[in-house]
Amino acid sequence: MADERLVLDEASVPDFPRGVKFRFNKTKKQWVILAPERLLEPDEIAVEVLKLCDGKVSISTISDSLAEKFQAPVETILSDVTEMLQDLADKGFLVA
Amino acid sequence: MTQSPDAPLALLAELTHRCPLQCPYCSNPLELERASQEMDTESWKRVITEAAELGMHQVHFSGGEPTVRKDLEDLIEHATDVGLYTNLITSGVLLDEDRLRKLAELGLEHVQVSFQDTETENADRIGGYKGGHVKKIAISKKVRDAGLALTINAVVHRQNIEHVKDFIEMALELDAERLEVAQVQYYGWALKNRAAFIPTYEQLNATTKIVEEARVRLKGILAIDYVVPDYYAKRPKTCMGGWGRQFMNLNPSGKALPCHAAESIPGLAFDSVQDHSLSWIWENSPAFQQYRGTAWMPEPCQSCERKELDWGGCRCQAFALTGNAGNTDPACELSPLHEETFGLAMKEASKEAPEFIYRRIGSDEEADAPVFADEPAE
Repeated sequence: MADERLVLDEASVPDFPRGVKFRFNKTKKQWVILAPERLLEPDEIAVEVLKLCDGKVSISTISDSLAEKFQAPVETILSDVTEMLQDLADKGFLVA
Repeated sequence: MTQSPDAPLALLAELTHRCPLQCPYCSNPLELERASQEMDTESWKRVITEAAELGMHQVHFSGGEPTVRKDLEDLIEHATDVGLYTNLITSGVLLDEDRLRKLAELGLEHVQVSFQDTETENADRIGGYKGGHVKKIAISKKVRDAGLALTINAVVHRQNIEHVKDFIEMALELDAERLEVAQVQYYGWALKNRAAFIPTYEQLNATTKIVEEARVRLKGILAIDYVVPDYYAKRPKTCMGGWGRQFMNLNPSGKALPCHAAESIPGLAFDSVQDHSLSWIWENSPAFQQYRGTAWMPEPCQSCERKELDWGGCRCQAFALTGNAGNTDPACELSPLHEETFGLAMKEASKEAPEFIYRRIGSDEEADAPVFADEPAE
């Protein structure tokens, strides 16, 4: 893990670290984040964000896509997405 | 039960009770199963398939020492194929770099390595295995080299509790993303050796302070899970996320248990995956039904607003301390036995630590403790 706490901004390119998998459980028909002896059940909005976290696109680009898809103001989306991903990063579920 | 329970989250697969270490607080039952009783590869594979079909997300391969099983590769590959996330809970002393890389290639995601102390000599003494600590350090580094997630499991008690700061440093040096500071819980072997291991309340509080400070300082760097001994708790732990609610534990012969210590409760009827499907057991096995949900709860639990938060705490602890697994967990300050339990721990912890007996087949019947073993005990 990193030597210091990761602080995300709009230029950050989020990705899942080793040992963390964002996966669809076919039986439960549910997206989950699987990590060492942990499990997160992200809500529908978080799932939309996480589907775009592929280690290639920035938070800014992710927010633009979501703003378009949901017809919402990009400033609000950007702020919400950054906050949500920062929380995941603090728990060790995300890197950038 | 009037309705089917939600599907479990994870399968705890205790592949074997064999282990080269002899930790005197081992979570395995006093009556260890022999190698000849262990389920074969094909049966384990079938069960793993059923776990995925049931909707489980993860499988934890543990033991004993799971790496004594030569088919661990097959099982990890199979679990990955059916879509399960795989954890390996190990002492690490039997692993080498080649095998670790092979396991990683086959889909293993995460390795948890347990440590007995940060000081080599004391660690090896407690584990009853010479050279163990050095091997553990070496293999933990290889876990990272193989690209796997690493958890350090620090088992803490009065014979190493002064080293919690060092454990945190060690986890950082080993580049772990997770550290479990797990104070010993007293069932089975640990209950037998309780006086040798239970810390004082003051020691516990000092440790809690260190852990809480480190959690803040290391936010986003190292995740620290912390477990306190039930004896000094105010409210009970949400044991297993609730009885028969999230986990199924299979012992080496395929017996399905609601938790790894459930066999310490007499009178529970366990079913085996050799006789039934996993889903049948999850829904119907009497042992899983016994304390599932809230209907079984006595007062003050029944009218407690926290009953669906802690699900009544720990049934094994309730049995160990009150003789009745259906009683309120004495870890809860609302239990009539809470103060007595606290006092019992304090009294034991204030006396000089007695000798402990090592965990190995038959040793719970022996008077004297064995010396270091270089060879596996079984």
